[in-house]
Amino acid sequence: MSTTSLLVIAILILATLGYFLASKRAISTAGGDRRKLHSLPVYYGSNAAMFTAIPALGVLLIWLLAQPMLVERNILSTIPDKLIPEGSSIGLVMSDVRRVADGLEVVVNTGTLSQNETLKLDTEQTDIRALLAGVGAAVGSDVQPEVLEAAQNYRAQTKMGQLWMVLIIVPLALIGFALSVLAAKPTFRARNTVERGILALLVLAASLAILTTIGIVFSMLFESINFFKLHPWTDFFFGGSWAPNFRGDSDLSILPLLWGTIYISIIALIVAVPVGLFAAIYLSEYASPRVRAFAKPLLEILAGIPTIVYGLFALLTVGPALVRVFGRGEEGLLGLEWMSGATAVLTAGLVMGIMLIPFVSSLSDDIINAVPQSLRDGSLGLGATPSETIRQVVLPAALPGIVGAVLLAASRAIGETMIVVLGAGAIAKFSANPLEAMTTITTRIVSQLTGDTDFASPETLVAFALGLTLFVLTLGLNVIALYIVRKYREQYD
Amino acid sequence: MTDAIQKPEKKKSSLLQLDARTRTRNAAETRFKAYGMIAIAFGLLMLSILVFNIVTRGAGAYQQTFVALEVELLAGKLDKKGNRDLDDIKKVSTFGYTPLLSNALEAKVIELGIETDLKAKKMVGILSKSAAAQVRDYVLNNPNKIGETIGFEFLASSRVDGYLKGRVNRDSIGNDKNISPAQLDLVDALKAEGSLAKRFNMSFITGSDASDARPEAAGMGTSMIGSFFMMLVVLVLALPIGVAASIYLEEFAPKNWITDIIEVNISNLAAVPSIVFGILGLAVFINYMHLPNSAPLVGGLVLTLMTLPTIIISTRASLKAVPPSIRDAALGVGASKMQSVFHHVLPLAAPGILTGTIIGLAQALGETAPLLLIGMVGFIASNPPDSIATGLLSPNSAMPAQIYEWAKRADPAFYERAWGGIIILLVFLVTMNTIAVILRRRFERRW
Repeated sequence: MSTTSLLVIAILILATLGYFLASKRAISTAGGDRRKLHSLPVYYGSNAAMFTAIPALGVLLIWLLAQPMLVERNILSTIPDKLIPEGSSIGLVMSDVRRVADGLEVVVNTGTLSQNETLKLDTEQTDIRALLAGVGAAVGSDVQPEVLEAAQNYRAQTKMGQLWMVLIIVPLALIGFALSVLAAKPTFRARNTVERGILALLVLAASLAILTTIGIVFSMLFESINFFKLHPWTDFFFGGSWAPNFRGDSDLSILPLLWGTIYISIIALIVAVPVGLFAAIYLSEYASPRVRAFAKPLLEILAGIPTIVYGLFALLTVGPALVRVFGRGEEGLLGLEWMSGATAVLTAGLVMGIMLIPFVSSLSDDIINAVPQSLRDGSLGLGATPSETIRQVVLPAALPGIVGAVLLAASRAIGETMIVVLGAGAIAKFSANPLEAMTTITTRIVSQLTGDTDFASPETLVAFALGLTLFVLTLGLNVIALYIVRKYREQYD
Repeated sequence: MTDAIQKPEKKKSSLLQLDARTRTRNAAETRFKAYGMIAIAFGLLMLSILVFNIVTRGAGAYQQTFVALEVELLAGKLDKKGNRDLDDIKKVSTFGYTPLLSNALEAKVIELGIETDLKAKKMVGILSKSAAAQVRDYVLNNPNKIGETIGFEFLASSRVDGYLKGRVNRDSIGNDKNISPAQLDLVDALKAEGSLAKRFNMSFITGSDASDARPEAAGMGTSMIGSFFMMLVVLVLALPIGVAASIYLEEFAPKNWITDIIEVNISNLAAVPSIVFGILGLAVFINYMHLPNSAPLVGGLVLTLMTLPTIIISTRASLKAVPPSIRDAALGVGASKMQSVFHHVLPLAAPGILTGTIIGLAQALGETAPLLLIGMVGFIASNPPDSIATGLLSPNSAMPAQIYEWAKRADPAFYERAWGGIIILLVFLVTMNTIAVILRRRFERRW
């Protein structure tokens, strides 16, 4: 069992012990009379458990996150430049070092060699690769002496770090244990302390949302900066073509991808907005309660279907159906030869539109329902027909909200991945023909980041720049949409 | 002033007869209403097409063609030394078992008097490539049966299976190296005799993925386990964190700019494209923390971050629905604020929280895009994990990722599997949503 898990178990045992000791001690210092205690004995116990476990576990967590980074930085500075082969990167050498170090750990653990023997290992005398392969740790190439040395260093520093970790965390837990058990006296306000601790945990949980956002932004920002160091930003934002080439010298411009993304989203909105809007109008203004109770949940099923299902639907059903209509020359329904493959802008756009129907309809439904009944009554009382009321009174009143709903749907369409990965194709180009295959930002992120990736090449890193652009784009749309919707809701509240 | 003298033409109108303008207005009314009906009909039509497609195309995956054969386990081939030593028997690879299969098929053909000019070697082509491994596994488990003749049921190859299901026909196999018309003749003969038939295929639900050459043996079982472990991680992390965050925001948070930032953040995170969470997972959990690639643990962590906003939003709604009088009563009899929340408000909000969690889990279960980035595709998830630790840490696929994987493979036989997989996925989603609806109906309290 690893040092870390032993440490965690020890801390937990200590905390449990603290719980019982502190609640016992609280009662006994009160002379066995619970009424003399400030708080219930449970709180004295919890207080002890809290002070034993939480500082120690918190430091442990931070330590575990920080140590690999610090050790790695130390090792990186010792790796000579000549070790990095042509076309490779320091990151790959570092992962070799890590693999050798892990392998040596296994060698010691399985008892193949003793700790001292591994320290004396020499690339001249032993075949390290075979040795590691013997315990099931695969290393890609023969181990060079520098790598071995770095790996030895890595192990030594990791060991040292672990030793310090134990030396700091165990006393920390013991101090917390001792202080909190000693504090368990009738005058001690244990409940207040425990409740403050719980509140701190609640705050921590709530701030995870902020942490996630920061994580998203920084993880993409750092890699994007790395990308712009390797690739001119002018080409990324203003270049005209997308042609990644893993041998280097690629054209990586976002514009063709952005065009594909927007084109597909527009088609999706052309399908989803009228259908969704009319469905919402009918459901909220015309439909009898029975129709509404039946049609609304059914429509909303469309929103609950996973996108992979829509992707498959596009690739295997809608795409071939469109080819049958617009393609195949003489054999096709129209005798045309406009469409050659199932993947096309129209395929992805149509299916995405179907997916967005319930999204638009339920948002618009809410918004139309929020328009005060008095407006409708006034209009109907003046002799307008229901449709005139809707067109000239309800819709203008609901317009800002509906615009917000459409913007939210657009942001959904831009960020949608599975439908376009399966249905849109992989060719980046500027074209106005909806029957051609085109590609989108999300599709390219997936293709650049799956499979064997090398995080030092611009062809991989470009995915982070694409991701950041996508994030900013959808975030902007969402913020505007939410602002409009919220502002509009306030009007009638 | 001649205009004034002219009498205006008297307009004839009747309450009983509609004038032209009213008629156009009424027509517009009818049209408008029809547009709404058409829109709803279009949506429902698309839904029914989708469901029809899934059911008709996916049902095939639950049936598979099997061939019943009597295989003689020749001692001379399997155990040349004759001492039944398991190590010696293990030395015979699956190639060594292929002759047994061709012998068995040949015997069958002669027994039934089928006329075919196929060589025995070619006949084996109608069986799945996993057939030899199946016999080998049997022999390794029962070495004492060597020398006997045992009845086996083998999977037929995917082409034969497709032929029985109508996906493959004699015209379409012109350039197909894997099957020939003569083999199909043999299939017809065996089918007429009854030793080759379609039946329910349990191993599609319980089995593992198989390589490109054996679509007939691929199943969803292993990826279901992967999904299960991911959902476990999501449940263990997202539920407590989400509930804690909502309690803070709803009950304790002071109205200031920090709280505002958190709230805006949560509503924005709910709308961030899922693929962005995949990038986050790749950058933070795999590249920075060096957690294993393709592991359900990493998938679970990413999905946790994705599901958190959903759970927080629904939990806050159900906390808000608990009337303030409950809190006031608790405070009035001397409970602390924390006690009033944990002893009174939270239990009353529990059904709503549970409903929201189930819906969040259902969403996470169907999510695919982030899983592509953390590497849960592109390999064959063939070994079911044997413990919780390996289940969390060893590479596995997940249901939607497995479906994507099959959709990407070239062989149309995998498409049927993909649709079949979707049926399983949807059964899970429908079940979860039904449970959520029942919980809501049963326990929801109106105050």
